[in-house]
Amino acid sequence: MKIAVLVKQVPETDSLTLDPETGTVVRSEESAIVNPLDLYALEAALRIKDAEPATRILALSMGPVQADSALREAIAMGCDEAALITGREFAASDTWATSRALSAALGRLGPFDLILCGEKATDGDTGQVGPEVAAFLGLPVLTYVGALSLSQSPAPAEIRSERVVEDGVQVYRCAPPLVMTFCKALGEPRLPLLSGKRRAKEAAIRRLGLPDLGLSAEEAGAKGSPTRVVKVDRPRLTRRTSVLEAGTAEGIDAACDALVALMLRKGLIERRAAS
Amino acid sequence: MNEVWILAETKGGEVAPVSFELLAWARSLGEAKEVSITAVLAGPADDPEELCYRGADTVVHGPGRALGGHSARALAAWLASLLEEKRPTVFLAAATATGRTVLPYLAAREGLGLTADCTELSLDPDTGVLLQTRPAAGGNIMATIRTARGRPQMATVRPHSRRPLEREPSRPVAVETRAFAPPEAANEPVLLEERPFESSRGIADARFVVAGGRGFRKKEGFALLHELALSLGAEVGASREAVDRGWTEYPRQVGLSGRTISPDLYIAFGISGAIQHLAGMQTAGTVVSVNTDPEAPIAAMSDLAIRADLFEFIPALAARLRDYRPAD
Repeated sequence: MKIAVLVKQVPETDSLTLDPETGTVVRSEESAIVNPLDLYALEAALRIKDAEPATRILALSMGPVQADSALREAIAMGCDEAALITGREFAASDTWATSRALSAALGRLGPFDLILCGEKATDGDTGQVGPEVAAFLGLPVLTYVGALSLSQSPAPAEIRSERVVEDGVQVYRCAPPLVMTFCKALGEPRLPLLSGKRRAKEAAIRRLGLPDLGLSAEEAGAKGSPTRVVKVDRPRLTRRTSVLEAGTAEGIDAACDALVALMLRKGLIERRAAS
Repeated sequence: MNEVWILAETKGGEVAPVSFELLAWARSLGEAKEVSITAVLAGPADDPEELCYRGADTVVHGPGRALGGHSARALAAWLASLLEEKRPTVFLAAATATGRTVLPYLAAREGLGLTADCTELSLDPDTGVLLQTRPAAGGNIMATIRTARGRPQMATVRPHSRRPLEREPSRPVAVETRAFAPPEAANEPVLLEERPFESSRGIADARFVVAGGRGFRKKEGFALLHELALSLGAEVGASREAVDRGWTEYPRQVGLSGRTISPDLYIAFGISGAIQHLAGMQTAGTVVSVNTDPEAPIAAMSDLAIRADLFEFIPALAARLRDYRPAD
């Protein structure tokens, strides 16, 4: 089996704090990490490799050269090789242009039996790249996968995937080639091994630029993106807060009164008819 | 005349209520003489006319199988065939598991732009283009986006970001039924089974959510929250810490690595409010937090912040709420 895992480098959200005065987010020393949801895609790929050791896993990313470190982490976890789409021309790509570049790279480096990624990235939070890559490659896609099992026999390979959606779990039978996006329900991703870290340090990461993908400058970055950001606001996240101290039994009674009154005022609840 | 399409979903053989919110968004883009609204309904539903009562001028209904029974690829192919006949100026879907899978597939296939999970939509008064506003970067910026090329302009819209219009049964009904039988491709995923969550609804659709975090100290504490949820008709949500400690299951996690929700009421118990959590609930209607830590960031995000021991407060509140029920 040949697997590609799409990986994005994102800012660490745990390092963000809220400024209580301005009500906006403060970025303390920004550190870059592998998008936490991509770790579940990596874990899924590695579980398949555990079961089928002949499996080869490529980690693919698009971003500035610093994104190498995200790919090295993927190798440290157990991926076999990595490639990075990089270059100024790709800057300011929207999800459409990003997916186009990724699928062009997958076409060049593939074909792949499975293309896996996180359900979304924690910075952009769109979740569009997985289904868009599938569309560019004409493949089926299953999103929000939280459990996976693979059977090689009887051939051809058959996969059972569980999608975690709003009101329950959907169990699918599917077959490669296929794109899947993963959510946290998959279970804890493994940690890198020391040997993996050593290998990652020395690994050569393949660089892919526009000519390697067979795309023109008009087809990448802002020029290749059908959407434009016209305005960015920093909203005040904070609200006008009423604070109630409820350290005593009387305090708790008063706080319950206040909460019930608020819910009535907002039209959320109504008094039951006396029975 | 603006032609606006919405992708209506079905649930249990009926039109899913989230579709009515999309109709309200579509109607907000202009008066009846300026905007004509078509609801594209995919999946079996007994009541397509409800979409007309809630604001659609026309319904295009492809009964087919339920949405979950078709892959996004098959659905996108059907929608693309409708777009070949007619190009609306705007096409909206709900930011649900279905909408957030099918619309990107359609967008990439058709070379169209798409903005995810919008919380605000409007038309630019000068140019008439659709302005699509969404929270980004963990909710700490609001980005307004337009579609530079290609029509329709497409967006998915966060559930609960707008109230449905009043039901008007006197509105004219126009339902056109269309064949929806996508060809079976060789490696099309096959839906084998659906396992609904135990509670009646997930947190994504819930009007009220009561959520718990580290303040519960251990799993047993969460039982209190489930009791309160029952008495209030709410769903139980959780912070990442509570899920990572195994106190409740992942589909209840609110935040960047869980679900983004927008209930009418969100009560956070023992949750400090890391940015990654706040990003998942900041568009809730009313926010209440109950916490012992006066410095917790969730307090500043709340309409009402109560400093109390949650093990004392929750039973008192549950008892008080017995005299009330959710308002219609």
